[in-house]
Amino acid sequence: MQIVTANRLTDGRVVFRTAEGRWSEHLAVAAVLDPTAAAEAVVAAAGDVAARRIVEPYAVEVIVGAAGPVPKTMRERIRAGGPTSGTEAAAARLARAA
Amino acid sequence: MYVYDSFDRQFVTARVAQFRDQVARRLCGELTEEQFRPLRLMNGVYLQLHSYMLRVAIPYGTLSSRQLRTLARIARTHDKGYGHFTTRQNIQFNWPSLEKIPDILAELAEVEMHAIQTSGNCIRSITADHFAGAAADEVVDPRPYAEILRQWSSVHPEFSYLPRKFKIAVTGAHDDRAAIRVHDIGLELVKRGDGAVGFVVFVGGGLGRSPFLAWKLRDFLPEQDLLAYVEAILRVYNLYGRRDNKYKARIKILMHEAGCATVRDEVEAEFERIRDGALELPAADVARIARHFALPPLTDRPAVSDREEAAKAADPIFARFVATNVTPHKLPGHASLTISLKPIGGVPGDATADEMDLVADLADRFGHGEIRVSHRQNLILPHVARDDLPAIHAALLAAGLATANAGLVGDTITCPGLDFCALANARSIPVAQDISQRFADPARAAAIGPLDIKISGCINACGHHHVGAIGILGVDRKGEEFYQITLGGSADDDARLGDSAGPGFWPNQVADAVETVVDTYLARRASPAETFLATYRRIGLAPFKEALADVVR
Repeated sequence: MQIVTANRLTDGRVVFRTAEGRWSEHLAVAAVLDPTAAAEAVVAAAGDVAARRIVEPYAVEVIVGAAGPVPKTMRERIRAGGPTSGTEAAAARLARAA
Repeated sequence: MYVYDSFDRQFVTARVAQFRDQVARRLCGELTEEQFRPLRLMNGVYLQLHSYMLRVAIPYGTLSSRQLRTLARIARTHDKGYGHFTTRQNIQFNWPSLEKIPDILAELAEVEMHAIQTSGNCIRSITADHFAGAAADEVVDPRPYAEILRQWSSVHPEFSYLPRKFKIAVTGAHDDRAAIRVHDIGLELVKRGDGAVGFVVFVGGGLGRSPFLAWKLRDFLPEQDLLAYVEAILRVYNLYGRRDNKYKARIKILMHEAGCATVRDEVEAEFERIRDGALELPAADVARIARHFALPPLTDRPAVSDREEAAKAADPIFARFVATNVTPHKLPGHASLTISLKPIGGVPGDATADEMDLVADLADRFGHGEIRVSHRQNLILPHVARDDLPAIHAALLAAGLATANAGLVGDTITCPGLDFCALANARSIPVAQDISQRFADPARAAAIGPLDIKISGCINACGHHHVGAIGILGVDRKGEEFYQITLGGSADDDARLGDSAGPGFWPNQVADAVETVVDTYLARRASPAETFLATYRRIGLAPFKEALADVVR
C-alpha cells in the first residue's frame, strides 16, 4: 500500500495527503491507497503544487499496522517521525518529559 | 578581521533585496518551483528531509563575537535554538521557514555575512587553516589570500555556471590543517630562500564517489600571480570539464582522464596569455587586505605561565584539557584554544544559541573578540593568554563545553546524514554518538592518542570518510542502513585515501568494529608514542581486517 507525501511550500515541513485531499503533518491521518489510487493522488496533488500549498509530491510504500501506516524505508520513517538523534530529537525528548 | 567596504555592503544588501523579491514571487505563484530552485540554491537554501535548510558562509572559518551572537539570535528566533557547524567551516540552520529566510539574510548582512555561493556549481566559500594568523608553525597567514580569492570569486560572471561545484582551500603552514589535498584547488603558502612569498599549487583533489588526492601543478607560484593562475585553472576546467555526467564533472575527473601533464600545459598556456594583466596582485593591495588580519594587540608575556602550571598541578581535568585542546601560538605566553563541539554522546558540530553566546562572551573577555570554525566542526579561540586558560576552562566546564577530546577518538567529523540530509543513505549522527559513548573514558581516549574518525552518510563524503584514520561510510543495503569501514586515511601533508577493511557492518556492530580496530592498534603499536596511523602504515591492513572478521561473525 502507499501514501502520498510532500513538503509544505511556506516552511518546507513534511505533510501527508489525507482521504479528503487535504495535507496534514500527521502520518496517522494519511490516506492509505493502492498503487493505482496513489498514482492518481500524486497527479491530483499537482493542483496543490499549482496552488502553492506544497512542493514535490510523491508516493511512499507503507505497511499498515495497528497504529496506522508506517513507511517501509528508513528514509521515509525519518521524514515522517523527525530526526532520530540530534539536538532537535534531544530537545523533543526533553519537551515530552517536562 | 576583514571589514566590508561600501561596495561589499551595497552588494550584499542588494542581494538580500533581490532574494526577498524572488521569495515573494515564489510564494505568490509568479515563479514555479523549477524556476525558483536554482535561485534559492544560489542563496544557500536547500529543501532537506524535514524542512528548508539555510547554509551560511563563514569565509575561511573566521567569525567575530558580534557575528557569532547574530548566529545565536537567528538560531533562537528563526530556528529551533541551535545551529550545525559543518565540515566546510559553514553553519547550517535546519528549520527556517522560506518566508523568514529573507529576514535572516538581512540580519546576516548587518554583520557582514551572507549565504551566497554556499551551493550551486560555482566557486564555493574559501576555506583555510583554523589556526591561521595564530599558529606557531605558520609561514604566512593564509587569510588575506583567502579573502582576495573570495572577492575575486564572488559572482564571477565567467565561473557562475561551472560543470560542478569548485572548492578552494588555503594553508599557511606545512602541517596541513585545511585538507588542501582533497580540494579542487589546494594552496600552500611558502617562503622561498630569498624571502619571496608564493604558493605550492595542488589541483584535482576531492572525495565523493571517485576520491582522488590532488596533483601538484606548481612548486612555486609567485604571490602576485595568484589570481591569474587560479583564473587560468578555472578557465581550463570550465572549457574541458565534463557536463554530460554530473558524477564525472569535477576537475578531479578531468585531471584523471586528461592527465596532469596535459592539464598543466593548458593552464600554463592560459596563464602565460593573461599574466601581468589586470589580475596581477599589486603588493600594495595585498598589504591593504593583510592589514585587516593583523594580530590583535597581545601583550608580551613569559613563555611559561605560572598560573597555568599551578592549575595543571592542582587539577588533572584542566591538565588533560590543556594537553588536548590547547595549541601553541606564534607569540610566547599565548595559545589557541579548541572548544570541542563533540560532548560525549552529543551531535558533532551542533551548538545551541546559549552555547554560541557563551563562546562569544569568552571571545570578548579573553580572546579579542575572535572565533574560528574548523572543518573538524569545532570552535576555536585563536588568541588567548595562557594565564587565562584556567578561567576559560572553568567557564567552559560550567557550560558543558570543556570536553577534552580535540584530535582524539571522540572528536569525529560527522555529516548530518539521514537524520537531516535528502541525499543521505544512512544515519551518521547515531554512529558518532555510539562511538563517543564507547570511548567516553577520557583516560582511555588519551591513552589511544590521536585518532581521526570520519563518518559520512552517503558516497558524497561530506564527512570526509576516505581520509579518516578510521573512515565510516553509510550505505543502503536493500533498504537497511549498512556501514563500510576504511582504514589508514589522512588529509594532512601526508594525505592518503583509506583502504577498505572488508564487507561492512550493521548499525549495531559499528562501535564494536571501531573498538576492535582500536584494540588491534593498541596490541600492535611499537610504543605509546606510535600513533594509530604510524602503526597502520607499519603493519598494514591485514591484522585489522583479520580482527574485524570476528566482529562480522
